[in-house]
Amino acid sequence: MGRPDGASTVTDAPVSLLRLTTAGSVDDGKSTLVGRLLRDTQSILTDQLDAVSRATVARGGGIDDEPDLALLTDGLRAEREQGITIDVAYRYFATPTRKFVLADCPGHVQYTRNTVTGASTAELAVVLVDARNGVVEQTRRHLAVAAFLRVPHLVLAVNKMDLVGFDETTFRRIEAEFTTAATSLGVPDVVSVPVSALHGDNVAARSAATPWYGGPTLLEHLEAVPIGREAVEEPMRFPVQVVIRPRTAEHPDYRGLAGRLASGVLSVGDQVVTLPSGGRSTVAGIDTPDGPVPQAAAGESVTVLLADDLDVGRGDMLARPEQAPRVVSELEADLCWLADRPLRPGARVLVKHGTRTVRAIVTELTGRLDLHTLTHVGAPEALELNEIGGARLRLAEPLAVDDYATDRHTGGFLVIDAADGNTLAAGLVAKGP
Amino acid sequence: MTATVTAPPAMNGIRPADSDHLAALESEAVHIIREVVAEFDRPVLLFSGGKDSAVLLHLALRAFHPGPLPFGLLHVDTGHNFPEVIEFRDRMVTDLGLRLHVAEVQHWIDDGRLTERPDGTRNPLQTVPLLDSIAEHRFDAVFGGARRDEDRARAKERIVSLRDAFGGWDPRRQRPELWSLYNGRHTAGEHARVFPLSNWTELDVWNYIARRNVAVPAIYYAHEREVFQRDGMWLTAGDWGGPRRGEEIVRRTVRYRTVGDASCTGAVESTAATIEEVLAEVTASRITERGATRADDRLSEAAMEDRKREGYF
Repeated sequence: MGRPDGASTVTDAPVSLLRLTTAGSVDDGKSTLVGRLLRDTQSILTDQLDAVSRATVARGGGIDDEPDLALLTDGLRAEREQGITIDVAYRYFATPTRKFVLADCPGHVQYTRNTVTGASTAELAVVLVDARNGVVEQTRRHLAVAAFLRVPHLVLAVNKMDLVGFDETTFRRIEAEFTTAATSLGVPDVVSVPVSALHGDNVAARSAATPWYGGPTLLEHLEAVPIGREAVEEPMRFPVQVVIRPRTAEHPDYRGLAGRLASGVLSVGDQVVTLPSGGRSTVAGIDTPDGPVPQAAAGESVTVLLADDLDVGRGDMLARPEQAPRVVSELEADLCWLADRPLRPGARVLVKHGTRTVRAIVTELTGRLDLHTLTHVGAPEALELNEIGGARLRLAEPLAVDDYATDRHTGGFLVIDAADGNTLAAGLVAKGP
Repeated sequence: MTATVTAPPAMNGIRPADSDHLAALESEAVHIIREVVAEFDRPVLLFSGGKDSAVLLHLALRAFHPGPLPFGLLHVDTGHNFPEVIEFRDRMVTDLGLRLHVAEVQHWIDDGRLTERPDGTRNPLQTVPLLDSIAEHRFDAVFGGARRDEDRARAKERIVSLRDAFGGWDPRRQRPELWSLYNGRHTAGEHARVFPLSNWTELDVWNYIARRNVAVPAIYYAHEREVFQRDGMWLTAGDWGGPRRGEEIVRRTVRYRTVGDASCTGAVESTAATIEEVLAEVTASRITERGATRADDRLSEAAMEDRKREGYF
């Protein structure tokens, strides 16, 4: 059988791209589920499977045992030795209509920073629950992280259904508890699937053991989820990355603003404002190496030509005047603290937002986020590793920002250590005034 | 049988970039390349002439079109490369008017900084010339065509991945990579390896070569060649030391799925002579390109992780 995402099929059906993430507690069978998805979509090739079979035997498994699919995904020596997943691993699988980029995230509490990383780019999150244990503290934390980072689609995979005799009541109880928690956190779309990752039930193939389940298999759902719509429907945001000025005989006066549309749609003829500087012009052309195009949508890398010779460069953002982001020199935000050293008020940091990096001071910690309710409590003295809290930042230069709640692409920022350059926090712009 | 994927139908007149996975991967790579050029002082692109580096170069040229490429190329040449690939490398450089630095492993062996290995393979010897060249030219960002689907250790690598002053990679101390905000801050002596093709698979690369008509060396397509068999792979005779006594040279119709050091890169028997035929073959293949053709990756379960920790590509 061939690999499914090739162009060798007779149809010219489009192959779309879905970025997703997985999260589960330790021993929920997440690596096995990922291995199962890869295997059942023929994304694991013979030599890879052979290597896993050899490793299974080397670790004391029987020659006739099912290959330990977790060994496929645990890429680092320490992970295989300890039998745990330490770092985000990226996996690729495909069906004839869709390619999947999967950020496989470890479940341990101390690796929440990886869960945040995986969720930041995901359009869908799969949260695993062990059918025998139901919703546990870790589940709530993964759910909260997905809700906090506004992952648009959520899937609850109730795993190890084989160990509870594929009991519908067990599944429905977990589904109800999870859905209630998700709804209270404002997650709009939750689909629950009863699976056995080990045996493949309802992963890629419908299970005969769950006649009471009428929903899609996990893979069917992953193929059907709509993608990219929200980014296109948001107001247009174009952060300028670099200015292209060839100054050659062929292009003596070419001055193109190169960038990737963060959200919305940009069309030739649009009125635009440049932020934070506030200049105004009209889009005279949208250029690509294949020639000019009339329009570009969120996610596309293009080069924009303006009708007027404005002072615009890296760090500026183009928007429509009537839908402009707000320009601020004070920022209210939620910070997910990713560094070992705690954050205390007064810290001097860098804020990287879009294509602009500015100096900042954290003037105040306004509260710690309660992951059960996504509300703030108290005003902590410090924010520790893996904690999420509200903060106020004073910026050395203004930034053009959106609320993270309305635009994931222009509402997120990095907090960076000015001394050693390390990433200290994921920042989410809080609701503006 | 078609070589390219046509654009999907419009959705309410507008297509999100992700509705066409090749377009999405292309836009992502172009975005990464532009970010790095904007934030680093001295980038360089590792160009071996292989298909991944050919695609990477194509994307870099697109990123700055119609302007010139704002950085040069670097090749660590083991001296055991296929002549067709070196010829392709030099033709691309001349035709496009690019700058190319070549670090020849032979020079390091000649002046005693490196010693030839008993097995004659020079792939692991590339690390030192690579790190020396990065230091000598003070490159602070090094673009590479590595993909996460190639290896389990690579699957854990960031797109912008920091290296310490010794070129080492510490997988447990990687910076979280959030949204599409790449943090390339580094201190003097450190540099970043940048992998714009991180999210591409071998099949994506071939589909992209077909869609954009990207030039690659002719040995990726089926041709007749004198080869001999070793460890289940078809190797080409050459200065690197093959064949040994008892290894018989035969003529076969073959092509290469990867091109690297001739001592450890095998050909596969194939009649795929066009991009369409190669695509069909890669799509149907049940063996990864590295499993089929790279002896160096069969060394151990953690071969790539160990080499990467030491500063390998």
